[in-house]
Amino acid sequence: MKSGSNLEKVLQAGHFALTAELGPPMGPSDEEIKQKMEILRGNADAFNITDCQTAVVRLSSIAAAIMLVQGGMEPVMQMTTRDRNRIAIQADILGAAAFGIKNCLCIAGDHQKFSAAGKLKGHPGAKNVYDVDSIQLVGILKKMRDEGLMEGGDPLDVAPRLFIGAAWTPMAHPLEFRVTRLAKKVAAGADFIQTQGIYDVERFAEIMVEVRNLGLHEKTAILGGVIVPKSAGMLRYMDSSVAGVSVPKALIKRMSAAGEAAGKDKKQARRNQSKEGIKIAVELIEQLRETEGVRGVHLQAIEWERAIPRIVEPAGLLPRPHV
Amino acid sequence: MIKANSKPLGEVFGFIENCKKVLVLGCGGCATVCQVGGEKEVGVLAQALRLKAGTEGKQIEFLENTVTRQCEPEFVDPVVEGLGDVEAIVSTACGVGVNHLVERGCPVPVFPGVDTVFMGSTLEHGEWAERCAACGQCVLHLTGGICPIARCAKNLLNGPCGGTTEDGMCEISTPENPVPCAWAEIVERMKQLGTLQELGEIQPPKDWSTARDGGPRRRVRADLKLDRQEQKVQS
Ligand code: SF4
Ligand code: SF4
Repeated sequence: MKSGSNLEKVLQAGHFALTAELGPPMGPSDEEIKQKMEILRGNADAFNITDCQTAVVRLSSIAAAIMLVQGGMEPVMQMTTRDRNRIAIQADILGAAAFGIKNCLCIAGDHQKFSAAGKLKGHPGAKNVYDVDSIQLVGILKKMRDEGLMEGGDPLDVAPRLFIGAAWTPMAHPLEFRVTRLAKKVAAGADFIQTQGIYDVERFAEIMVEVRNLGLHEKTAILGGVIVPKSAGMLRYMDSSVAGVSVPKALIKRMSAAGEAAGKDKKQARRNQSKEGIKIAVELIEQLRETEGVRGVHLQAIEWERAIPRIVEPAGLLPRPHV
Repeated sequence: MIKANSKPLGEVFGFIENCKKVLVLGCGGCATVCQVGGEKEVGVLAQALRLKAGTEGKQIEFLENTVTRQCEPEFVDPVVEGLGDVEAIVSTACGVGVNHLVERGCPVPVFPGVDTVFMGSTLEHGEWAERCAACGQCVLHLTGGICPIARCAKNLLNGPCGGTTEDGMCEISTPENPVPCAWAEIVERMKQLGTLQELGEIQPPKDWSTARDGGPRRRVRADLKLDRQEQKVQS
């Protein structure tokens, strides 16, 4: 055991793992986090806490992750290299580990100019850090854990026990390099991988053949990403504007049809689409489960945590294993 | 070369509005090449400032001069020594020029007439793009000659983030300000060169101490200094 985290144990015991996302609020509201925790409790093996996603300030991922630990739930603390240099990164990792946080997802993070894709003001004038990239971050954590050394070479008093994760966008341009990117993350020390949301499972399955040929699925645990669709509009937006996400036309049609079935009743149209979205998510989970080399799923219901229990139950993923 | 943009006229005028005599000082180097601060632009700026002073009812005399390079003592020193009753300088050189004038003992305030933006190349007439960030330890041999420090929005060293769009643009790209993904270009270039497999190699965290992060930089070439001393001794 590298970390002894629940996620690590579930994977090691050979279970199909399940992680779900919990987005911290845009204010110091422990109430909101607690509410989300109660919605999600028991519905996944570990819960990703986003780190100022889309470069919008939110309650810090470390603080929210500590709240989860104290509330008896397991976090996957996300950490971007956008906002911290290697000094802050390592200090934060030690602090997180001291509070019992064991899983860390290493990402570059959205550029500050991205700021919620222009929906919020964000901080486009901020200075970014990018002292290291996500692969180097994985390497830093591995060095801390396995060698008990800081990046600069100084010894740590005690090595943190970490289960190290990385993100992977299998279908982003340039396609011919994406499997190499995964291979680099694995070589750097990624114990698990959470992929970008996948709607086109067929195309993903083709890429997984290449992944298996390189044996990468055995060196790391790949969790397929599922972003719960809320409406046809959201699917269209994801298809056209989110890098590395392509949504098959048939899925968009299905969602539109669900909405149209409500006639002029807009509320009902929204309800229909949410329902259809949940159904689609369940189907995606099933398809990913059948894809060889995929060892779990990572569920994201963005600002819609309530959807998670409604998905994992019909997907046959409950109860979560006790290991 | 170094690229710059003209500062808004109102901003520049605000610097000197209470002076009686102002020198607008151009540079014959980069600022001339990117058509923002050479002899021609000095003339245009001085004239615009004169008109502005007129409409604001201010009596200001504007002198014009353009030196070969504002970053060299030999060109700047005569200007500093011959200022007479000039009360301020507006420099249309890059920021280096302004600093250098101060460093050479300029007794009056020196104000920037331009915003220095980057080191880059000419894409076509009237269009320039950043190409080097002077990190002090060049990695271009690893990336097919395309700079990931200056051209990737996150200066990543191990390949593209997940934000590259389908048409090879960076996640920060907008229709008004298109930014190609440097890593998409690096991958394409190395594919052409048949060296793509080299990108499989993990690049460790970069030593940024040679970049601006290590503090202000200075370069000393002892051999050149010695040469000059010898020349002086001989003459
Ligand atoms: S690697 Fe450094 S020195 Fe080389 S082009 Fe890029 S910024 Fe300039
Ligand atoms: S999209 Fe490309 S250029 Fe932009 S940050 Fe990502 S890798 Fe760098």
